Formats: sequence, structure tokens, C-alpha cells
Amino acid sequence: MRPNDHPAPGGVQLRHVSQPLPHDSAAKHVQGAAPYIDDLPEPAGTLHLAVGGSPMARGRLIAVDLEKVRAVPGVVAVLTAADVPGKNDISPAFGDEPLFAHGHVMFHGQPVFAVAAETRDAARRAARLGAITVVQEKPAVTVEDAEKRGDTVLPDYAFIRGDASAAIDAAPNQIAGQFRIGGQEHFYLEGQVALAIPGEDGAMHVHTSTQHPTEVQHVCARILGLPDAMVTAEVRRMGGGFGGKESQASQWAAMAALAARVTGRPCKIRLDRDDDMAMTGKRHDFRVDYAVGFDDEGRIQGVEMAFLARCGCSADLSQGVVDRTMFHADASYFLPELIISSRRLKTNTVSNTAFRGFGGPQGMLAMERIIDEIACRLGRDPLDVRKVNHYGPERDTTPYGMTVEDHDVGAAILEQLERSSNYRERREAIAGFNASSPILRKGIALTPVKFGISFTLTQLNQAGALVHVYSDGSVQLNHGGTEMGQGLYQKVAQVVAEEFGVGMDRVRVTATTTDKVPNTSPTAASSGSDLNGMAARMAARQIRDRLAILAGEHFGVPAKEVVFRDDHAFAGNESLPFAELARRAHAARIHLSAAGHYKTPKLHWDRQKGVGRPFFYFAYGAACAEVVIDTLTGENRVLRVDILHDVGRSLNPAIDIGQIEGGFVQGMGWLTTEELVYDKDGRLRTHAPSTYKIPVASDVPADFRVTLFDGENREETVYRSKAVGEPPLMLANAVFCAIADAVQSIAPGRPVPLDAPATPEAILKAIQGIVAAG
Amino acid sequence: MTHSNDPRGASRRDFFKISASAAAVAPVVASTALHAQPEQKPDPFAPVEVDLVVNGQRRRMALDARTTLLDALRRHAGLTGAKKGCDHGQCGACTVHVGGKRTLSCLTLAVMVREPVTTIEGLAATDGALHPMQQAFIDHDAFQCGYCTPGQIMSAVACVKEGHAGSADEIREYMSGNLCRCAAYPHIVTAIQQAKTQMEG
Ligand code: FES
Ligand code: FES
Repeated sequence: MRPNDHPAPGGVQLRHVSQPLPHDSAAKHVQGAAPYIDDLPEPAGTLHLAVGGSPMARGRLIAVDLEKVRAVPGVVAVLTAADVPGKNDISPAFGDEPLFAHGHVMFHGQPVFAVAAETRDAARRAARLGAITVVQEKPAVTVEDAEKRGDTVLPDYAFIRGDASAAIDAAPNQIAGQFRIGGQEHFYLEGQVALAIPGEDGAMHVHTSTQHPTEVQHVCARILGLPDAMVTAEVRRMGGGFGGKESQASQWAAMAALAARVTGRPCKIRLDRDDDMAMTGKRHDFRVDYAVGFDDEGRIQGVEMAFLARCGCSADLSQGVVDRTMFHADASYFLPELIISSRRLKTNTVSNTAFRGFGGPQGMLAMERIIDEIACRLGRDPLDVRKVNHYGPERDTTPYGMTVEDHDVGAAILEQLERSSNYRERREAIAGFNASSPILRKGIALTPVKFGISFTLTQLNQAGALVHVYSDGSVQLNHGGTEMGQGLYQKVAQVVAEEFGVGMDRVRVTATTTDKVPNTSPTAASSGSDLNGMAARMAARQIRDRLAILAGEHFGVPAKEVVFRDDHAFAGNESLPFAELARRAHAARIHLSAAGHYKTPKLHWDRQKGVGRPFFYFAYGAACAEVVIDTLTGENRVLRVDILHDVGRSLNPAIDIGQIEGGFVQGMGWLTTEELVYDKDGRLRTHAPSTYKIPVASDVPADFRVTLFDGENREETVYRSKAVGEPPLMLANAVFCAIADAVQSIAPGRPVPLDAPATPEAILKAIQGIVAAG
Repeated sequence: MTHSNDPRGASRRDFFKISASAAAVAPVVASTALHAQPEQKPDPFAPVEVDLVVNGQRRRMALDARTTLLDALRRHAGLTGAKKGCDHGQCGACTVHVGGKRTLSCLTLAVMVREPVTTIEGLAATDGALHPMQQAFIDHDAFQCGYCTPGQIMSAVACVKEGHAGSADEIREYMSGNLCRCAAYPHIVTAIQQAKTQMEG
């Protein structure tokens, strides 16, 4: 473990970086004064959109009768595929998903037409009057349906090392099984929304709630048949994203843009919650088939894992998502011989998409369950099996050929948390409790997280920023990262203020927009502050260097002796206020604006061969969860959670702790209460908060202890920090494993047939299963 | 804002038959519609005059009788602090105070409201000093994306006033009607505990 004795970089105490400053919009949020798109004043003449969706999950679309729709007073335009001047394609990469269905329908609720009307009310009422005729075909709803048809959205893919099957056979112990993992609805509290305003010469300005403004720009331009330069996509903030606004904000932005083009008026779309849930993709659900061979200590010798992903009707981001599942199927463990394979199955359900963790959590959870099952077979404590399998010296190559250079960090975290959570004592106490409690059963689990940081599509690992210093010494900052609550704007502003040695009040952050910083990557893969923080620092540094030359001339010292701090430039005992320096710089005709561009070093990834270094580094963490279940009802509670998480040298510990707690709770929801139910016709039956339960305040463990691991990033990231957006979600694996442990107590030695999410029904089923197996 | 010159009356009428009876309970129906009036009964779809006191200011609006308090505030009074998270009464983002009680404004018809309304915009003192609950939310980072925050704060103030903030457990229970997808819950609970001391002190 690394002691906390590192001086701040440069040996200077940092004024802003590493400080627990509040969110950039904190004061506005508490006054309801931070506008989201639906809060913006609507330009005169704004029209409102409502969407008409397919009544069937699969079939030939033979007629769309919109006469009644058009007849509704207030309706100004009705749009279908025929109105698209460009290409009817909203897909992020593979050209396989239309804005409006054409020829056939692919999922229940798929947009077929949209109504633009004077009022939202008129648009919604009119949208219901569309007569859509579909010659129904039997939909593929489950992965099994799709497998039978052999329908995939993208080719199968696998990592292979050695001869897994022979290694399993040769091992002293074998297990084979199947595990199902549910999906997850994002339920960003601000639903999908866009406001498109037509401009001069056919240009379009789109306010969009998206994590990926550049993609919104591209998709709008493609739909409208315009060059990218004619479309501007802007986002100041989102009311939550979680991956759900990475690729899937484009459709609604494009719909608004198309309506604006057709009507010549500003057009706004805000999906109703039910429509949002039915019409936008979710976390991928999986069936995992596995076989594992291991020695008598539980050390894995060989493993085969087949991940069958329900991708929905199109590829969307499924290539990267399911790849990331495979990248994390090792969890934190060395797998000597392996086949980790995946199928991206095409179903007649909404296209599944990015969700915090981007497929990683599913891979990791599957492996943790395998470990639990090994422990069960051998009668060992699962934590001991975790430890013998953990990456370590000579056992440090991932299934994709990347060396885990800092496995000591993961191991140190496990050890430290084991001690600080009193894991061993509590396990004994729980055994004692269970021995005398036939109905209520407790369980405990301590699970690690190792999450790869970087986009696995290497080209996305770049970012741009634009910094201006005005002649009064105020600073304007813009970058390609988007703000969805994760505190990115504040973190990057802290970095820039630090560079100039000025107060935070001097740095103004402006909305992310494609006309300031172009060709951006999505704010995703936890990479926001790594990438944009660096780009902004590089931009600020260019200006600072120019100012230093001027100040050096003024003080008669070399530029490198000029220090920027406390809103001044210093040389020895002399100083110049920053504002004065800016004024003089302008008078001296020095350029006070700079663009920074950063690309992550060291990355290379050969997907064909399945080898390389797809990740710049790993973020680590571990959680210990204790739960109690009621064996008569399946009800459960999380009693206590201890978390130790590695954020490197935190840029902002307050924000990072919020991310850790929030990510954990969201993961807990995924694994316990959030259940997506599709009926046999492919209709989502859980399309409102009344039937889809996300965690509320009372679900959060009453005893919740979160600690930041004391260490720094071994790689040269911005101030040696680490990414924090996604990794904490997987800390919730401990909750699932603890529930399984509680069920296990009923019949030690028998495998626990528990699928995710562990709803009360699933727990009851598992209890019945384990009892019946006796 | 009003539909009084709206030639759509007839077809809308047919279409909205079901809600007509609901609208008829509105006690202040002002049948001021200007378009051709059938002799006998007042037009149930004509705009209704709604008289609200919001954040201490009197607001008179002519609204479709089915307008929710949330839409009246957001679309007609220009107060966008209360958010629309679900429009179903299930998320709490639209929470405001009506007569001091926490109320889901998306489930409340504006015409029903008799008592003064307080929204997040009206919570701070007139000199701009933040309410202790607002300050506590800042002090404890009790939000991330902020979309649920106005509802959380309005709910939290009421929770304290109702006497339901006695312990962390009680706060968690009585704040469970306000969803936060970012799950800032631990900080929300701490913030409420801080503000409670100040509100009662
Ligand atoms: S918007 Fe009123 S409860 Fe969700
Ligand atoms: S802060 Fe995002 S929903 Fe609560």
C-alpha cells in the first residue's frame, strides 16, 4: 500500500485541486435556478412533439393512416420516414436503426411517426389517433428466441487462452451452471428532451440533453442531409444520464430538428416517462453459461464463460458494451486458461445501450458468482477463494493480454477492508445468528472491483478544451465533457483555476457545445475528468506560458521563475495582479485564447487478435455488505456496507464520495429491486415508477461507511487522480453475494440458484430451489 | 394561454367527454369563452379563472380546468423550479407547499388550490438569504444532477415541520417519496439533520 506522504505535485500546496468544493451549480440547484432544457424560455412559435409508436414488436409495416392525426386542431405537421431529407438512420455506428420505422417494425413502441402541434396536449392527443397497420410476425423476445433464429446484431466474439476445456477436465473439481443477469432502466430523473431552433441558411441549433453532443450533431446533420458544420448541439447540464443519453439522446434531438426543418419553427420534444421507458434502451441483460475447473484451494485452472446478451433490435453500442463485459469477466482474478465468448443477440425489444459500467458489471458479477459457487463446493470462505485467485506476481495477465501492473493496490484494498470491516468476526457472529434464527437469515460478502479505464475504442480517448483569458483577468472555460451531475465542470474548473493561480470565482464554465469544441467524445467510460481535465490544463498552460514571458520581462527574470498564485504573478518579492497582467498582455498583443487537445497515452488494442492494452489503468475498490433476508417472504434489507475505494489523488473528495455512494446505491437497485419485465409479445410491462422500483432513501443501508483509499494513480493522469464515475456501481456486487450467502446458510454445500436481480420473488425461488435440491 | 378564441372547441369537446365531469367540480368556472356559445349550459372547456397566491404574490391565470398545479407554475407562472420527473405522482420532483403542506403539484389541479403556494423559488428570505435547508443541501453536497433537488428540499422542509425528522431512520422513511436517481440520499439525510437543528433552534 502507498503511504499518504506524497507532497502535492510541484511541492506546492494546492489551492483548489483536491479541495472538497461544492458542485458548480450548487447554489442554483437549491433555489431551482439551474435551468434544464424544459425550463428554458420557449422561443415564440415553439411547437411541441409527440411520438406515435408501433403497436407490435415485429412485423411488416404496411400502412400508416395519419388523416385523423392531421385533422386534430393545433396540429401543424405530421412526420414519417418519408419526410426525412437525409438518411433515415439514427444509429451511432452500424446504420441499422431508423428515426422512423419504415417497411417493418422492430420493437413495440418503435417510433413510426411524430406530431408537431401548437400545444403539447394537442400533440399527445393527436398522436394517439394514428392508425398503424402491421402484419404481425412472432417476435424474438428472449435470448433463447433469438438464438433459435440465429439472429445477432453483430458477429460473435471470444477471448481464448490455452485449452480451457482440457484444463477444466484436468482440474480436481468442476462446476458448470447457468446464471441470468437482469437489465436496468436508467430512470434519469430528467427524461429525454430536446429543443431545436432553425437558423439562417438551413442551420440548426439543438439544445439537447445528451452525454454526446458531437453524435447528436452528426445524427441531426445526417437526418437533415446537412454538413455537420450547419448543426450545433448544445448542452449545459443534464438531469442525470448514466449512459442513457450517450447514443440514445440523438433520436429525439433529430426528431425535433426534423420537425423544425419541416415547419420552420422551433420544435421541442420531451418524452413522457412511460414513453421514455418504453422507447429508450437499457442495460443489457444476459444469460451466462459457464464451466470452471479448480484445485482444492479454489484456485481456478480453467474457465469457459458464454455471455448471451439481449441487445434488442439494433447494434447501438452493443459492440463495446459486450466487449466490456468480456473485459471484466475476469473480475479481479487470474484465469490461466479460458474461453470467454459472447453472442450479441437480436431481439424485438428496444435497443439496449450504455449504462454506467457499460457491460462491465455483468461480466464481473458472473465471475463473482462462480467464485461463490467454488467456495460453496469446497466449504471455504468465499473471501479466501477470492484471495487465492486474485491477480498477483506472475499471475498478472488478463484474458486480453494486458498486464495488471498494480495488482498490489487491489490486494491491499481487500486486506484493508477485511480488517476495517471486521469481516471475520462478523462472519462468525452471523453464523451464530443464523444457527438460532430459522426465519430471518443473515449473509455477508466482501467483493473487489477492478475496472479498466479508457474507451476500448481507442480513437475515443481524446478531448479538446478552449480557454480564454479576457483583458480584465476573467477566464472562460469550455470543453467537450458534459455535466450530468457528476461534478465534471467543477473538477475541470478547479484544474484551470489552479493553473492560473486564480480564485474559482474568476473561472466561468460555459455550456458544452459543438461550435466551441468540435469532434468530441461522449462523456462516458468514466473518462470525463481524465480527458477534459488534461485538455483544459494544456490550454490554460499555453496561455500561462505566454503570460509568464511577459511577466518575466516586466520583473527582469526568466519566464520559468514566474509563479502564478493568489491571483497574482510573482517573481521573488515582486508581484503583479493577474488582472493587470492580462490587461498588459492584451495591450502587448499577446494571444489570450488557447485550445488544448489531449490523447491518452500507452493505448493499443487489436480487437481481431484480442490482445493489447485497451486500458490506461485500473480503478480499484472493495465493498463489504451485510444483509438479512426473510425466508418466508424473500424480503431483504442491507444492514451495513463498508466501502474502500481508490480514486487516486482525488480532484475533489466531496464529489468523489458522492459518486461512490450514488454508484453503489444504483448498483444495489440493479441487483435487488429493479426488474424489467417483457411479456411474450415483447411489450415492456414495467414502464413507470409504479412497476419499476429504483432505490429510495429508506433502501440505503443505515450503516454506510465510505472511505477513500490512500494512494495515487501510477499513471500520469491529471494530478494523479483516477476516474470514479462507473467503478463504484460494481461495489454493489457485495450486496448480491451477501444475499446469496444468506440463502446459502439454509443448506451449506448446495449451490444457490439465485439470478439477478435478487427481488423477493427471486430470493424465495432460490430458497425453494436450494431446499428442493436436498 | 387561453383557448377562448380557439375554433377547436367542438372537436376537443367530443374528445374530452370523460374529463368533463371532473372539470365540472371546479368551483370557479368562469364561462367567458368568446366563441359561439350553445344556449343552454356553460362550456366546460372554456378557460377557467384561477387565482393563486404563489410565493406571496397573487397570480391570476385563465387555464384549462385540467391544468395541473405543476403546469400552471411552470408554463403559466414562469416558475420552473418545481420539476416534472414523472407527471404521475411517483417521483416527488414536483413537490411544492400548499398551505404549508408538501403537495405533489403534478397530481393537483390548479383550480383546486385554495391556499397559498410556496415553491423552491419562494423558500429563501426576501433579502435573498437561503433557507437553512437550502444551505444545508449545499454544505453536505446533497445532490448531483440537481433535478430532484427542489422537490427534495420542499419535502425536507415539510418533513421537519411535520415532526418527522426525529432520527435518520425516520427521515429516510418520510423522505422516501422523493426519488433521487443519483442516490445522493446519505447526504440528503445529513443535510436535513443539520437544517432541522437550525430550523428549530
Ligand atoms: S412529477 Fe410529480 S411526482 Fe413525479
Ligand atoms: S440529484 Fe440527480 S436525481 Fe437527485
